[in-house]
Amino acid sequence: MSSASQQLPSDAEAPDEAIDGEEARPWWAALVASQSIWIGLILVGLIIAFSILRPASFVSVANGRNIATDAAVLLVLAVGQTFVIITAGIDLSVGAVLVFSGVLATRGMSAVGGNGWGTILVGLAIALGCGLGWGLINGFLVAKAKIGALIATLGTFGMALGLAQVVTGGVDQSDVPSKLVNTIGNGRLFGEIPWLVVIAFVVALVFGVLLAATRFGRHTFAVGSNEEATRRAGISVDRQLLKVYALAGALSGLAGFLSVARFATTTIAGHATDNLQSITAVVIGGTSLFGGIGSILGSVFGVFIPAVLQNGFVITGVQPFWQQVAVGAVLIAAVYLDQLRRRRRQ
Amino acid sequence: MSEPILEARGIVKSFGRVRALRGASFTVEAGEVVALVGDNGAGKSTLVKTLAGVHQPDAGEIRFAGETVTLESPVAARQLGIEVVYQDLALAAELDPAGNLYLGQEILRSGVLGRLGFIDKPEMRRRADASFADLGVRIQDTGSPVATMSGGQRQGIAVCRAVTWASKVVFMDEPTAALGVVQTRNVLDLIKRVRDRGIAVVLISHNMPEVLEVADRIEVLRLGERVARFTRDQATLEQIIGAMTGAIRHEEETAR
Repeated sequence: MSSASQQLPSDAEAPDEAIDGEEARPWWAALVASQSIWIGLILVGLIIAFSILRPASFVSVANGRNIATDAAVLLVLAVGQTFVIITAGIDLSVGAVLVFSGVLATRGMSAVGGNGWGTILVGLAIALGCGLGWGLINGFLVAKAKIGALIATLGTFGMALGLAQVVTGGVDQSDVPSKLVNTIGNGRLFGEIPWLVVIAFVVALVFGVLLAATRFGRHTFAVGSNEEATRRAGISVDRQLLKVYALAGALSGLAGFLSVARFATTTIAGHATDNLQSITAVVIGGTSLFGGIGSILGSVFGVFIPAVLQNGFVITGVQPFWQQVAVGAVLIAAVYLDQLRRRRRQ
Repeated sequence: MSEPILEARGIVKSFGRVRALRGASFTVEAGEVVALVGDNGAGKSTLVKTLAGVHQPDAGEIRFAGETVTLESPVAARQLGIEVVYQDLALAAELDPAGNLYLGQEILRSGVLGRLGFIDKPEMRRRADASFADLGVRIQDTGSPVATMSGGQRQGIAVCRAVTWASKVVFMDEPTAALGVVQTRNVLDLIKRVRDRGIAVVLISHNMPEVLEVADRIEVLRLGERVARFTRDQATLEQIIGAMTGAIRHEEETAR
């Protein structure tokens, strides 16, 4: 190449710079910069604090199991919400889609009848299908109809919850196969780990890897980081958004199925704030509402901080209402950290 | 003389009642730096977007390596080896340089994992680092997001990405507009290195000393038409400004 002589100086300097770069940025620098590690440390700190305050009651297998079981369904919602928020979107419909899917799955299992795995699989398929359907509607409204995600999913939130009530007349459906309740709902792997917790963590692991290591995940980050640049790179932004909202919907459907399995009823009135809880968890976990930044690991921490606070306050005899106060403060701190990080970079 | 690599003949493009291009012509020879200059509103951006497949011309002909082509989309232009570095650079700020270089064309891992869509980050990073070194783009830490980098580095990444995928022509829209003295120098050197690889560079710029330094030829657009062509040896600042403002006109009137 004719420019070889021009390149000599930069080539000669390049190794030095690379070494400087390594020194300036050791392997742990990325960890320190990542918000999810700090949030993880806060979670560990909370657990240690409550353990010291109430070693007998807080530190027990049974209590750990309680906390994890309470958090399991929310974790499944938060995984989908993480993908959506990374695209700089929001999904307010998750709790309503959960209820809708749970109601139709229960109705379906009731109609099929019986108490076998076949019936349960029918219920699961209905729940996933309902969730996927609502997710596709959300995705279409956001990507194609260009309605803002906030309004689009607020609309489907009302529609899904309303339709669930229309179908049931507002009465919870409790005709749930006992086999489902006794296995997935309240059974334990090896007699120790609740199946709900196992399923939630498998979901978090699978989709955490999908987000961090695959082309689908990379394009999700790209859409949230710079939509126009992603489009110019030849990626179909519309299709990516459609897939992400469909994924969040399907996971809400799964969460609905798990919720029915756990409570043996549809709990129609119990999910009005699931959307806000899942958004809170995702944002506490370091995922940026501006898009382009986030991780499933952070969302796992973000789900468990409120859960541990709730449990710890009850055990230490603090009014549990303080949990909402504390979670609100953590949320604001998390967003402030994100702002600081962005400002420092500019 | 061989066929130009890219040529526009009599391009007409209107937006509503505004006639942005009124029979504009433009020629790019293989392996040269050609500056496209003109006053604001002369139609430079429209012409570039037409040649990049973003706009479809109302009339006129686009020829690529001697053959008439239809650039129905940016993807079609890209497949011919034509890339554009837009003024806004179009980088995903939260991704690292390698992620931006390979955005939309990610390298997948081999075997089953690759079929499942797993991307090969180390390989992309290695190749990206090699590209940056090759073009003399200096990036200390290629693992950090583009958002942490300077304007000059971002420009370098955007140019590097374009050159990685462009085999024939790279358009650069005001690449030095937002840069300091040293960074501008780096980008101008970068333009020369790209040309030395045999890739034609079209430089859109308002900075005449810069144009006179790096461009092999200069084409002047005024009111949607090409009004003058200079080689670097012929061109003087007065002549270029004269052509831009309408005082000098070399080209024949084309179809209105």
